[in-house]
Amino acid sequence: MTIVDRSRDLERREARAIGWDGRTALEMLEESERLMAQTGRYQGIDQLELKASDPIRYEKLFSRLRGGLVTARETALNISASPIVKEIGELCFALYTPEGDSVALSTGIIVHVHTMSDAIKYMVRQGYEDDPGIASGDIFTNNDATIGDVHNADVQTIVPIFWEDELIGWAAGVTHEIDIGAKTPGSVPVGPISRFEDGIDLPAKKIGSGDRLWRDHILAGLKGTRTPMYWTLDEKTRLAGCHMIREAVERVVLEEGIDTYKRFIREVIEDGRRSFQSRLRQLTVPGRYRAPAFSEVPFAKEQQLPSYARRDTLMHAPLELRITREGMLELDYEGASAWGYHSMNCTPSAMQGAIWVQLTQLLICNDKVNDGAYFGLRSNFPPGTWSNHSNPQCSTGIAWSFLIPSFTGFVKSFSRALQARGFVEEVLAPYGLTANAFQGGGIDQYGRQSATTNFGLSCVGGGAKMVLDGLDYAAAMWNPEGDMGDMEMWEMIEPFLYLSQRVKPNTAGPGRHRGGSGYECLRLAWKTPFYEMQNIGNGYCFIQAGLWGGYPAATGYRHNVRGSDMLELVEARKPYPLSEPDPASSELQRAVGGRHDFDIEATTLPEVMSHGDLYLCMFRGGAGLGDPLERPYESVQEDIKEGFLLERYAESIYGVVPGDRHATNVRRAELREQRGRRAMPVREWMKQERQRILEHNMIEPVQRMYAESMRLSERWAREFRQFWELPENFDFPVPTPQVELSKAMLAQEAGS
Amino acid sequence: MKLDTQTLRDLLDEKLPRGQVRAIQSSYKDADRFEKYLTVLQERVPWDEKIVLPFGEHLFIVAKGSGSYVVKCDCGHEFCDYRENWKLEALINVRSTPAQLQEIYPEKMHGHPDYNSLREFFCPGCRTLLEVEAVPPGYPVVHDFLPDLEGFYEDWLGRKLP
Repeated sequence: MTIVDRSRDLERREARAIGWDGRTALEMLEESERLMAQTGRYQGIDQLELKASDPIRYEKLFSRLRGGLVTARETALNISASPIVKEIGELCFALYTPEGDSVALSTGIIVHVHTMSDAIKYMVRQGYEDDPGIASGDIFTNNDATIGDVHNADVQTIVPIFWEDELIGWAAGVTHEIDIGAKTPGSVPVGPISRFEDGIDLPAKKIGSGDRLWRDHILAGLKGTRTPMYWTLDEKTRLAGCHMIREAVERVVLEEGIDTYKRFIREVIEDGRRSFQSRLRQLTVPGRYRAPAFSEVPFAKEQQLPSYARRDTLMHAPLELRITREGMLELDYEGASAWGYHSMNCTPSAMQGAIWVQLTQLLICNDKVNDGAYFGLRSNFPPGTWSNHSNPQCSTGIAWSFLIPSFTGFVKSFSRALQARGFVEEVLAPYGLTANAFQGGGIDQYGRQSATTNFGLSCVGGGAKMVLDGLDYAAAMWNPEGDMGDMEMWEMIEPFLYLSQRVKPNTAGPGRHRGGSGYECLRLAWKTPFYEMQNIGNGYCFIQAGLWGGYPAATGYRHNVRGSDMLELVEARKPYPLSEPDPASSELQRAVGGRHDFDIEATTLPEVMSHGDLYLCMFRGGAGLGDPLERPYESVQEDIKEGFLLERYAESIYGVVPGDRHATNVRRAELREQRGRRAMPVREWMKQERQRILEHNMIEPVQRMYAESMRLSERWAREFRQFWELPENFDFPVPTPQVELSKAMLAQEAGS
Repeated sequence: MKLDTQTLRDLLDEKLPRGQVRAIQSSYKDADRFEKYLTVLQERVPWDEKIVLPFGEHLFIVAKGSGSYVVKCDCGHEFCDYRENWKLEALINVRSTPAQLQEIYPEKMHGHPDYNSLREFFCPGCRTLLEVEAVPPGYPVVHDFLPDLEGFYEDWLGRKLP
């Protein structure tokens, strides 16, 4: 043996396992999963001993950890310079067990509580403990949706927490970036058609040690986005928050003892699971609920895309919710249409996140919120569908685009259950789509390269309630705290002035209770030689009808004016429009010269705007609830007065003759009679519709949607054929290349 | 918060101030709400069959005796067995042209009729609009809610179906 070899005798041959009782983190995770599968209880816990023996101490422990997380969020966001993080609060923090199960979380975009759990479990499963190693002071990051995320713009920082060489948990935080360096500017890039265009890619990487970020990672970040300052400060925000959480945990351990802490973090998750199931039993009714949703990808017009991506697509989310007698919640997307060559695909992690954010607002809003609820539900997101693309090359850049509409059925279904149990104060019609996304990039008013994603979209209309109208311009499906930010702040970072910000009439879905209203902004491009601007929202499809006779919220449209003479009108002191209350009679179109893109193409790839151009940004409303003919006369009058309803719609929707209660009663009776004359028995109508299907008498995108759903799911195909009494071999004569590709990939994966 | 039957009536009739509605929303839920709700609904319908499950606005699942349970409108019209989709026995009006859609929405705010239309389902008895669907042409009529009545009563409420 050489002297060099001999010197290695002094080295530690194998690193000590970081888990509890000499186990590795992976062994702990596998044991946890085995116990869950065997007993149906988290970690096999039978008795909540800590809670039972000292309930006050137990509650104080939870409050201290929860308080530590909220404090971390409220403090750390001040490091950020991005209005999305600092003003809107698009960040959250959570504390996890060594296995990656969430113990408690802060406020904010809590959709990510489970996505970060997925990321931690991925690192544990992939053996990060050995390589690249997991040690005290290490820093990890992730933004890969196939590992655990929604889309690249949601960037996570994850820090292990150790106590005397044992891993006792993880602190993690996420911020929504204003630009992610994707093919097109912004955080929800509409341009990518493959994963390679989604922007900065951080697939669960180690990025620091000794509590410091590695320099190579910092430098790479500066080069990776159009907004390096926001990127850098957001990273510091996340790291500071994680370190604050770690300190809060250490204080608790010091004061309460490590054994109590270890027992607590497991009991509290089992407590969360039991609490979730108990709430399900208390507030709902077992059974099957269905609420499909649809969304368009209108890319046939986009000449810059390659031919295989240049097509119009209709996406299908056949949401089915089942609540079993045993108190288990099941969410099933069997029959969803295929993924596509666009950025609106999802991974199961994103879908789980959406379940999470919905449950925290519907069922477990005032209880211990942690991964316990996750253990009380089962889900099916079939591979090859847009909800689980299972394709390593698929883009998820704007995964929210259909995820949000698809989950309208979740709240709608729960509302049916809540009404059946009598909890009428909780009933809520489907929320509004958080759109339009005012997003783009180019040269700003200071002559610098920049990009933006305006978060005015986090204040759209909420769904109508059973006992109140919907919340006006204050709701976002993915963040319980809607905040549109300050116009002055957006004007500082975007080369567009706000000419107005006003209520948009008729955006809310009509009903006995109307949905919450949307609003609109007219933006004037200001001192920019070029800024690429896109539109993102629904123009072809309603995202979801309301409840019990409530109509869906209105769809959106675009009205952008390029080469506008607006500044000439101003210079000549002529009157100019500030808004567009009624697109059927547009002063903006009449008064302002230029190229008007004024149509229902509400999702477009970026196109340049420059100084003096106009961009109308319309934010959507929520769906209605109940028969509109039952809306009180006074409420309709008020809607007209406050600008929520164009007066000419008072009669055709609500049967209200403004200013005349008696004429209203007469008109309402007439409309009820008219309904009888116009309508026909459903079974008669079904004969006509069946014939239409047999003749394939519908546009190609609709046929392709059906064909994809039928070819990806035998069950859905069988039900479709049975419902319409179609021949057993009925299909639509359209190619579905993504379905065939997915089947080949899945078969190959199964074979290997 | 203890919510008594009269407060529930007032909540349903929208007589409560918003602050009180907010407080009810944020409070822990009363365990016997279902029974109170049934009481309030039963006293408001003009027929005698026992309500087994509220089924949305205007609709109820009621006991018809001999183990039969049907979907019934508060006007008295009976649709079908609760395990069937009541919509198939309703009246329908489909809004699938711009003119039809523009009775409800302004031009450019009603989507593209080739992609989706609005299906309105009315009660044949009272012409009340009971549900709206926004779906593409050819989509099966959605069976919104199929309750597990037996499981609900026997396993969750711990009593026999009425």
